[in-house]
Order: sequence, then structure tokens, then C-alpha cells
Amino acid sequence: MYKEGYVMECKGLSKKYKSFFALYQVDLKLERGKIIGLVGPNGSGKTTLIKLINGLLVPTEGEVLINGTAPGPETKARVSYLPDNNYLSNWMTVTQMIDFYGDFYSDFNKEKAYDMLASLGLDPKQKFKTMSKGMKEKVQLVLVMSRDADLYCLDEPIAGVDPAARDYILRTIISNYAEGATVLISTHLIADVEKILDEVVFIRDGEIVRHAAVEELREQYDRSVDALFREEYKC
Amino acid sequence: MPWEISSEKSVYLQLIDIIKQKIMSGEYQPGQRLPSVRELAADAAVNPNTMQRALTELEREGLLYTLRTSGRFVSEDGNMIDGLRMTGAEQRTKEFYLEMIQSGFSSEDVRRLLEKAIEEAEEK
Repeated sequence: MYKEGYVMECKGLSKKYKSFFALYQVDLKLERGKIIGLVGPNGSGKTTLIKLINGLLVPTEGEVLINGTAPGPETKARVSYLPDNNYLSNWMTVTQMIDFYGDFYSDFNKEKAYDMLASLGLDPKQKFKTMSKGMKEKVQLVLVMSRDADLYCLDEPIAGVDPAARDYILRTIISNYAEGATVLISTHLIADVEKILDEVVFIRDGEIVRHAAVEELREQYDRSVDALFREEYKC
Repeated sequence: MPWEISSEKSVYLQLIDIIKQKIMSGEYQPGQRLPSVRELAADAAVNPNTMQRALTELEREGLLYTLRTSGRFVSEDGNMIDGLRMTGAEQRTKEFYLEMIQSGFSSEDVRRLLEKAIEEAEEK
């Protein structure tokens, strides 16, 4: 199904925790069919923005729209979210979790999930209790990428895994996101992901400081986006 | 020919170069069907839209062609592939020559050294 308009749009979006603005007056539009990096140092507002997109936080001011609608059951059915923490219940096996996801999300593709598990070398019968942090992160990624969503929000998908596994994870993302969908990847490790990005959004102190196509940045500045990022954020 | 892509330079231009080299070296044979854009992008660990753009440019140059239903193929035009190989060879020879001149050798030196190198290689 071809869809029109931006997959995600923020208009004057602010989020205040007590007197501190975690996000301030953010205007951002994400097009369909792109892989977009959300890049900024720790504490810059990346996770706050992703939580607002997923309806886990409520804006202090402004609005966030998914397919033109404010977050709710309708948008959650179209957004696949990878949180930056582990939410798997220790007593469950991977198979049980896959069944759980299959019940919850009508766009969940179990066959795809088992294929991905196999290619990442994970055993569906294993309990989460006996898994390493890196293995759990891979399972969570499989769960998220097995949905046929309009928007994938991946909060730090490569933070906990070793460099060799990073490539594998990036390949899993490239091979599995739905046709025409957009993937938003938050990271402070731009060097590892920049080759798979269409666009990058630099965020600092809760404000968007740059939103550009990565190939244009490379041509314009004649250096990697990682190098540019380091300059942009140096203290 | 591995997908070694630097993030310092345009990924799009690097992809075009690497695919051309894969065609020149015969890793991609004339008439061979290429994997899907997604698969190629995953192999190279690059953005699928960038891979798509590179393939479109190679189609425009006539090195690849698409059949509406069955996928994308390497050109079967032997002359074109030979032409590509010659252009590549000429380019590399030119680069070698300029590097030698910049290192202070004369044209005559380069010619003599090259002949010597060929002779030695043939003797082996």
C-alpha cells in the first residue's frame, strides 16, 4: 500500500522534566523509505524524542504525528520500537516471546523471526535467563525487525554488542525493514552506522542542530560524517 | 573483490567503481543475474537507496540492464566490457606514469624500467 505524507512529523515539540528542557522546540519531518540516524552525545535528547514518538511520554508543548496522527493504539500498530534497555522476562524462551509478539501485533511475521534467529545463530528454545546481554539485544532486534511496520525506531541497537556482531546487526536491519518503511536509528557511534544511512539528524541539548543527507555532507565537507560529528560536538 | 567502502568519500561513487571492477574481473559474468538491491546493500553494508542509485547509473552507462519481471543483469555486450577494461587499464597506467614523473624519473626512465620489469616477469 502506498502511503502519502511524512511518516513522522514533530511541530514545536518540547519536553520538560521539572525545569529542564530535554527537548526544545523541535521541528522535524521524516520521509518514507529512508534510513535515518539520530545522532548526539549522551543526554542530548535522543531517547526522549523516541519515547515521545512511541507515546511513552507526553509532550510538554507542540505535537508529534505518526502518519498524521498523534501517538495512540493506531500509531503503535504501525511503529516498531526497540527500547534502549532489556525488557525480556527471564523465565521466557525465545519461542514464547515470538508467540507473544505474534498475538500482540497483527503485522508480526513469525517465519521471518525464525529465519533471522537462525542467521544470527540463536536458539529459539533458550531461556532469556541464560543469555548474555549481547544475545538478548539480538533477540530484541529480531522481534522488532519481524514486524511489517511503517516506522522502526531503534534506540541504540548496536551499543551492547561486539564490533563483529555490529556488522551482522546492520545487515539484519538492511535486509529486513519493510518496503517503503523508514528506519530511525539513534546512536552515539556514528562511525559504525553512517554507511547505511540516507540522512542524519544531529541533536544537541534538546535541539536539532542539523538534518542533512549523508552523501551530501560527505561531498560538501570532503570527510566522513563521523569526523564532522566530532567537530560539531567538540567541547 | 570485497566491498571495502570508506566513509570518507562518496559511497555512491565507490559502489560504482567496485561493481565495475567486479564486472571487469569476471566475478560478475556477462549475462549474469545480480542479487536484489537489498541483498547487495546488505553484503556491502551500505544504504539500499545508495546502492539503487549506483545500479541505476551503471544501467544508464549500459553495463547493466533490467528485465521488468526477472531482475537485473550484467550486459552481454563483450565490446562494452572490453572497453571498460581498457579504460580501467589506461587509467591505472596513466596514474603509474604520473607517479613516476612526480618522483623525479624521466619518461625514458619509466619506459626502460617498464621494459625491464616485463622482461623479468616473462623470464620467471
